[in-house]
Amino acid sequence: MRKTTGILAFILFLATVQYPLAMADTPSPPLRFNRDILPLLADHCFKCHAADSATRKGGLRLDTEEGARSLLKSGVAAIVPGNRDTSALFQRITATGDDRMPPEETGDELSLEAIERLGAWIDGGATWETHWAYVAPKLPATPQISDAAWVRNPIDAFTLARLEEAGTGPSPETDRRTLLRRVSLDLTGLPPSPEAVEAFVLDNRPDAYDRAVDGLLASPHFGEKWARWWLDLAGYADSDGFLSDFHRPQAWRYRQWVVDALNENMPFDGFSIAQIAGDLVPDGTIKEKMGPGFLRNTLANREGGADLEEYRVMQTTERVISVGTVWLGETLECARCHDHKYDPISQREFYQFYAFFNNADEVNIDAPLPGQREAYEAAWATYVAAREALLEPVATELADLQAQWEEKAQWAADHPGEGNYHWDRAWEVLGLVWGQSYGEGQLEGTYISRKPIAERTVEERIRLQDYFFARGSLVNETRFSELKVRELVAQIDELKKALPPMSRAPTMRASRELRPTTIMHRGDFRVPGEAVDLGTPEILHAFESDGTPDRLDLARWIVDRQNPLTARVTVNRLWQELFGRGIVVTSDDFGVRGARPSHPDLLDWLAVTFVDSGWDIKALLKTMVLSATYRQSSDARPELRQRDPANILLARQNRMRLSAEITRDNALAASGLLHRAIGGPSVRPPQPDSVTKEAFDQTWVAEEGPDRYRRGLYTFIQRTSPFGQSVNFDFPDTNRACTRRERSNTPLQALNLLNDVTFFDAARSLAQETLGQVTLDQRLDQAFLRCVARLPDETERARLHQFHGEEKERLIHQSERVPDIVGNFESLPADSDSAAWVMVCSVILNLDEFNTKE
Amino acid sequence: MDHAHYRDIQGRRDFFRSCAGGIGTIALHGLLSREGRAAQALESLVPHIAPRAKNVIYLFMAGAPSQYDLIAPKPIMTKWHGTPVPEHFMKGLQDQLMKSTAQVFASPRTFQPYGESGMEFSDFLPHTGSIADEICMIHSMHTDVSNHHPAQLLMNCGVPRFGHPAMGSWVSYGLGSECDNLPGFVVLTSDSGKGIDGGSSNWSNGFLPASHRGVTFRSDGEGVLYLDNPKGVNAESQRARIDALGDLNAHHLEQTGDLEIASRIASYEMAFNMQLSVPGLMDFSDESEATKTMYGLDKDTTTPFGTNCLMARRMVERGVRFVQLYHSTWDDHSELNKNLKINCAMTDQPCAALIKDLKQRGLLDETLVIWGGEFGRTPMNEIRRGNTPGQEGRDHHPFAFSLWMAGGGIKPGTVVGATDELGFQITEDPIHVHDLQATILHCLGINHERLTYRHQGRDIRLTDVAGNVVEKVLA
Repeated sequence: MRKTTGILAFILFLATVQYPLAMADTPSPPLRFNRDILPLLADHCFKCHAADSATRKGGLRLDTEEGARSLLKSGVAAIVPGNRDTSALFQRITATGDDRMPPEETGDELSLEAIERLGAWIDGGATWETHWAYVAPKLPATPQISDAAWVRNPIDAFTLARLEEAGTGPSPETDRRTLLRRVSLDLTGLPPSPEAVEAFVLDNRPDAYDRAVDGLLASPHFGEKWARWWLDLAGYADSDGFLSDFHRPQAWRYRQWVVDALNENMPFDGFSIAQIAGDLVPDGTIKEKMGPGFLRNTLANREGGADLEEYRVMQTTERVISVGTVWLGETLECARCHDHKYDPISQREFYQFYAFFNNADEVNIDAPLPGQREAYEAAWATYVAAREALLEPVATELADLQAQWEEKAQWAADHPGEGNYHWDRAWEVLGLVWGQSYGEGQLEGTYISRKPIAERTVEERIRLQDYFFARGSLVNETRFSELKVRELVAQIDELKKALPPMSRAPTMRASRELRPTTIMHRGDFRVPGEAVDLGTPEILHAFESDGTPDRLDLARWIVDRQNPLTARVTVNRLWQELFGRGIVVTSDDFGVRGARPSHPDLLDWLAVTFVDSGWDIKALLKTMVLSATYRQSSDARPELRQRDPANILLARQNRMRLSAEITRDNALAASGLLHRAIGGPSVRPPQPDSVTKEAFDQTWVAEEGPDRYRRGLYTFIQRTSPFGQSVNFDFPDTNRACTRRERSNTPLQALNLLNDVTFFDAARSLAQETLGQVTLDQRLDQAFLRCVARLPDETERARLHQFHGEEKERLIHQSERVPDIVGNFESLPADSDSAAWVMVCSVILNLDEFNTKE
Repeated sequence: MDHAHYRDIQGRRDFFRSCAGGIGTIALHGLLSREGRAAQALESLVPHIAPRAKNVIYLFMAGAPSQYDLIAPKPIMTKWHGTPVPEHFMKGLQDQLMKSTAQVFASPRTFQPYGESGMEFSDFLPHTGSIADEICMIHSMHTDVSNHHPAQLLMNCGVPRFGHPAMGSWVSYGLGSECDNLPGFVVLTSDSGKGIDGGSSNWSNGFLPASHRGVTFRSDGEGVLYLDNPKGVNAESQRARIDALGDLNAHHLEQTGDLEIASRIASYEMAFNMQLSVPGLMDFSDESEATKTMYGLDKDTTTPFGTNCLMARRMVERGVRFVQLYHSTWDDHSELNKNLKINCAMTDQPCAALIKDLKQRGLLDETLVIWGGEFGRTPMNEIRRGNTPGQEGRDHHPFAFSLWMAGGGIKPGTVVGATDELGFQITEDPIHVHDLQATILHCLGINHERLTYRHQGRDIRLTDVAGNVVEKVLA
């Protein structure tokens, strides 16, 4: 591989080339606080001189104008506008020895340029601004540009202005084949069919591309693609997480809810309200009530002996952090243990926000799939009657025993260590283990048990009784056997068999009793501090409520158009998905330590346009993909490589390796293997045993039949041993909201694409689908069209002819390999020609171009 | 570092990540070092201090082995055997699992001193006794959580939650790898009936790129995931497939100019190299019979864990940076005596053999070895199972436990830390999990406060917001 060695040498060469800073960071006069000064203060000073009162040094805070200008103990102010020499801040950053700031032992140091910048800013009057992201966006004017012909919509005016300012221009539009493949992968996560490509190439109508885009937006696969985008944020998984990592067989209902909502183009404000507080919407539909499935993606610990309150607090905290990241782009977690060191969010405000979620409990509800409800309801009445008749002879005594059991369990929980140790964990176990392996709401058992019997619904009574029968014998083992409880349970199980299926879905509901919320000292639930009311951070827009404030008010506050963050944060992530890089690159952090937008006016234009459109996701995506900016070629621009290696200027499109799921979907779709069924429970495609053995006693029985080849979206996600191929391709950890995925490039990915049975099956299928062509060239044409939406060029043709010839020759002499290579694909003859063709197809499916959105 | 400089380095790191991400990056880093050019690329990371060790082998005893019956003798326990714990021992302890009504359970084992250091081990660990003068025993470890999975995550990832990178990932991220054909962070689990509770969350790359994730090797299967060719594809044919692919990718690189394609080509080359080298790594035929016997590969009991120990040595020889071994059946809530005997029989000899073998090959000086669980166990009999003789067990104990370290940077033959008469509370040199992590990183030349990664607005590090290097354990 002489060529490869040469390329490595080339990389070595490039890696040693020095290139300048990203140009976005070079300040140009006049100095602007947000752009030029705040990042310096945040990075170097705020750790000790900002909102966190507990760690503030010398009584100085530099995150507010007032703090920076007030007199310090020494009698001088940190900042004296107009005079760097009398400003304590400047004196200290230029001092030597112990007075020097930042202190030497921190290892932190200001550059000479930074010191001069701060000095110049003070001399210039030290003008203050509120952090840009905390000021509501206004529709900016579209900038003047010289090349108006290039502009297809306002997005382009913003990007072109930036390019022209940098003395350069955009890339040419990419060819139509690449464009259709790009937009198909972006909007549906699937490659276009060869027929769609040919039709598009031949469509001369001026709005041919608009029509293609409309078709993709209307495809049911649109919802699948963008659901995955949202599920990264939600931290969706099919299991509990901790310890035994029990399954959540009902979790998929939330996933499907997202797919459906996106396909129906539910406005983003309603989409948000439903997920934060759909259960509280007055007269809400089952569909609305399912929205808070979002909040049910937190981990659960079902280990006996775990502290109920500890884990409830942990889950509630995770919900707060998740909502903060997903909708506000704020790192609220920083304020959990102490005031936020960088952003103006106090610990008190964290717990005020927490209070909205502190009174939400987990619950699963009946959420019938089409056709289930009537049959179930009819059978349910019969079941209840039969059950009551069965238990009737001993009903009073059972009820009596159960009451004793509930009382003892509660008493033991309230008096730890005082009674018979057998009871020590009965209450905790009731809360934790309830609905284990069904993904039912944790603590629901204790919730029901706390209700007076008269207030329990029939369903609640039955469920608690079932639990009591299964785990309550310690109340009186003798009576349990005398009453033949075990035999009764067997008979009840028989009765249950007559019940038709009723699908359930995870959601939340308001707590029965309001839990008061307090600040927790250092985030420790065992050390409560001052009580707090519900509230939102003061730096943001005002919170309003008609009556008693609740989660629904919070949800409405989040999508209020006065909210400076939600729309910006959302459009930024949609942009990131299409362009590979957010306008704010830290798509998880819009706070003062986050990156500043590369195109601030574009961000605001998108945000305001999005809200004005009625939060219309499809319309916004359409605007983005119709822009000339999006349509640019992704070819590298060597002249910009050193100046703008990250392509911040958007002087071209970005080439991006496909995500884990789309890598799979793309191979299955192009090869004809994909089973396109939409929705339903998660499936288990084949994977090596070693993945499942990583976790605690997990089994993974691979699907047989078409479910082997479903889209990656539907692959079962076991938190403690996620799907092997997904992990290799940067599938994110499901514990926290993931706002942007890594795109690494590793040998494990190469092994995966070369050797994994699913990808080799795709090669066999692609071979089978194209073998009907007469000549090798025709086969190559078909395979290339299916995979990369174009025909091979002469170089590619020649190289693959050569490989096919050589491999065929080898297979003639090693004919025993032939049946293994063609496998069980019925229309694939077991001869050396077909087997060599399978190998050629596997090369095509491994092409960098195939696994990349160009 | 000022802001601009920070951005500059971030930019370079981004460049590296995207230019040749993954093991590609690491390998590239390795290549660059050989060319003497690495300094320009990653100078900002490490070493911060003179490294004492190059590699780590972490023998993770998941489930938490009982210190009282293995490495931390408390003879005075017999005084209280069968009686409730005197109240003053429990003072100030807050834990769900600590019930003061439980009875003290004196160890059924006997202890004896070993070596010049006179370090004491129970009769279940005679082999570990024979390496007493090589190790540093710590009796004053403490942790924050008392459930297995969170405690394992705290020990491995620095927080008791999912989502943060494991120590091996941090080390791989900070130091890179010294070999082109193996991952920088490898995990070996021995199949003792069940996997580890938390599964792969214990070797997750968290928010670091996937290339820093712990790669599990299995001694009984294909080693690395998808390492074996599809059936019917032999080595020659695989090579031809990668050659054809490389040529087509190189052609596309010429057309697009995207350097990512160059690293894609390199990653396929490395994949092929891995396919060539892993079988050699896993084939012990070049080991002498004496070596194999030393690790216990001649006996069924010791073979699974012994194989992993020998594999770990072979990996560090080849430049794998961080090897973590799991033995995960130490959670003895009942039948402690019986179960400990079984687990010690499986692990004692291989652990000792690893230290001796590393030493005789001159590798112990540059390899840091850690042996221990996620917390300790209580001095009382487990309250759940009654007091039937032979059925006794011990519950979880996060406030004081023991583990040992050896090799690169560690002072051999020493004992650090002490606890009260019942081993309830630490009386000398408390060492928190974050302190242990800071110390491990220190031995590798890393200042734990400076190895950070910006995630969700914070510069996150392994030791969260705490951690002090424990000078007493250092040579």
